[in-house]
Amino acid sequence: MTSDHDAQHFVAPREEIPLLPADPLNVEATHRSLWADAWWKLRRRPLFIISSLMILMIIVVVLFPGLFTQTPPNENCHLANSAGPPVPGHPLGFTFQGCDVYSRIIHGTQASVAVGLLSVSGVLVIGVTFGAVSGYYGGWIDAVLARLSDIFFALPLVLGALVVAQLPPVRENKSVWTVALVISLLGWPQMARITRGAVLEVSNAEFVTAAKSLGVSKFGTLARHVLPNCMAPVVVLAPLELGTFIVTEATLSFLGIGLPQSVMSWGQDIAAAQHLVRTDPMILIYPAVALSITVLSFIMLGDALRDAFHPNSRRRSRKR
Amino acid sequence: MIRYLLRRLLQTIPVLIGTTLLVYYMVFALPGDPIAALFRDKQPPQSVIDDLRNQYHLDEPFWIQYGAFLVNLLTLNLGNDFTQQPVASTLARIFPVTAMLAVEALIIQAVFGVTFGLIAGLRRGRVFDSTVLVVSLIVIAIPTFVLGFVFQLVFGVRLGWAKPTVGANADWAALVLPATVLGLASFAYVLRLTRASVIENKKADYVLTASAKGLSGPRLVLTHILRNSMIPVVTYLGANLGSLMGGAVVIEGIFNVPGVGNKLYQAVLRGEGPTVVIIVSVLVLVFVVANLLVDLLYAWLDPRIRYDK
Repeated sequence: MTSDHDAQHFVAPREEIPLLPADPLNVEATHRSLWADAWWKLRRRPLFIISSLMILMIIVVVLFPGLFTQTPPNENCHLANSAGPPVPGHPLGFTFQGCDVYSRIIHGTQASVAVGLLSVSGVLVIGVTFGAVSGYYGGWIDAVLARLSDIFFALPLVLGALVVAQLPPVRENKSVWTVALVISLLGWPQMARITRGAVLEVSNAEFVTAAKSLGVSKFGTLARHVLPNCMAPVVVLAPLELGTFIVTEATLSFLGIGLPQSVMSWGQDIAAAQHLVRTDPMILIYPAVALSITVLSFIMLGDALRDAFHPNSRRRSRKR
Repeated sequence: MIRYLLRRLLQTIPVLIGTTLLVYYMVFALPGDPIAALFRDKQPPQSVIDDLRNQYHLDEPFWIQYGAFLVNLLTLNLGNDFTQQPVASTLARIFPVTAMLAVEALIIQAVFGVTFGLIAGLRRGRVFDSTVLVVSLIVIAIPTFVLGFVFQLVFGVRLGWAKPTVGANADWAALVLPATVLGLASFAYVLRLTRASVIENKKADYVLTASAKGLSGPRLVLTHILRNSMIPVVTYLGANLGSLMGGAVVIEGIFNVPGVGNKLYQAVLRGEGPTVVIIVSVLVLVFVVANLLVDLLYAWLDPRIRYDK
């Protein structure tokens, strides 16, 4: 692509004008990789800067909840305060059980973000492995894995999770880990399809043929040359799925099949506040806002990454 | 065309078998007695237990159980659920309600998503475009059930524009509020896909040709830009039917819609294995058929696509 484009500018009638690039072009400049180019573009995008700052903030909340609130989330809950309005020291009021809403939101961040991160890690492991193997080896492996991903794709995530979460081994050991396991077991096909597509595209590249002809083993070529070059769509999809999975956890907890009561999470708090929605809607709205802001920041990051990696926007910006 | 259709139909068979097998296996073969789960701490008479075990072949090996289930499913002999209600008549009663809800949601998200996406794509970078993009991001980030509660509270209770809950008599008008909530979740994706696709097609050669020939206005926009931009959108709408059905479980609960999602949720909580398996199988069947229809739509949207090689 690059060479074609440069050639267009260099080809000019020789007798009329000397052979010069039409655009001012720094020929000495070092070549930037796809990643460096994406990073160079990302640093200048407000969407990326805002979403990174928001995610940084969320990480700080996850690691040091004590920085944001001194009120313990589950102690000093007095039923006299049940669904009470905000008072000094308790900026967002009290839950039905008389606990501090703000403190519960701050401490609930950990579980929600942990489920999201663990689910995405699971999906990355399953999806990238299956996608890479089926795209690279092809043949019957591809056929089997494609049918397998069709099967899981045809089973909507929430419906499947509803069934899996009711199984006795899962139901009796509800935790952050089981919820993440259920989500990753059902949520991988999208990642697998994207990886497979990228691997198919890269497999025919010249550097892959070169690696093969130099005697690198088939698996070595896949691991060292093909996979690192198909990471762009994976990196774009990962934060988007992270956001989706945080919502899924909240949905499952809302249905009563997600995290156990003992784990504080936004989904739990929203579910616990649902019968108060007509009288004290804000108890439900506050954790929902926290959830939405978190999801929003990951989706924005995914959006910014997509713009930076997308080949079309690359071409457009170079022409300009 | 016929050959393509046949091949696609054949391809759906392993998917259907695989999905039902997966769900059936999880419900019936993993540890835990479904009969015991049904009665919880109550002790039914032994004759009732034997009857139920016999009816669902629970004492037979797994493959015979599954085979009997598959035969019954294909012959539409769905049997009775654990409370001795015929599953087929229950489904016949509740399925149209969910179908109505899903179709209404699909129409809402398609009409609004495509319209806003088209306008945003044609006026790229203007105020409308940026506003719509920001709003769509926010809509994506809000979970469906929160949206459900907020809409119920604002439009149902406070403003009184619609009934806050649907109840027994579900018709098109009564389902507007839940369908809007259900459609809104995916509306944002439809909008963004349409916008991206329109932006790409605006510069396509055939659009330049058409406008060079003097074509402009609605005909250029609708038949040359929009129609060619529909393929990713229609693909998404087909694939999205799955999340619509998942969302239906949540939304039907909030708005008290007597539909499949509500029934499925209750069946899962009660441990009614056979009902769960049948409902999920039917939903998967609908999903697979819908995506087949989407594939057939491609040729109509883009005449360059031919199914016979």
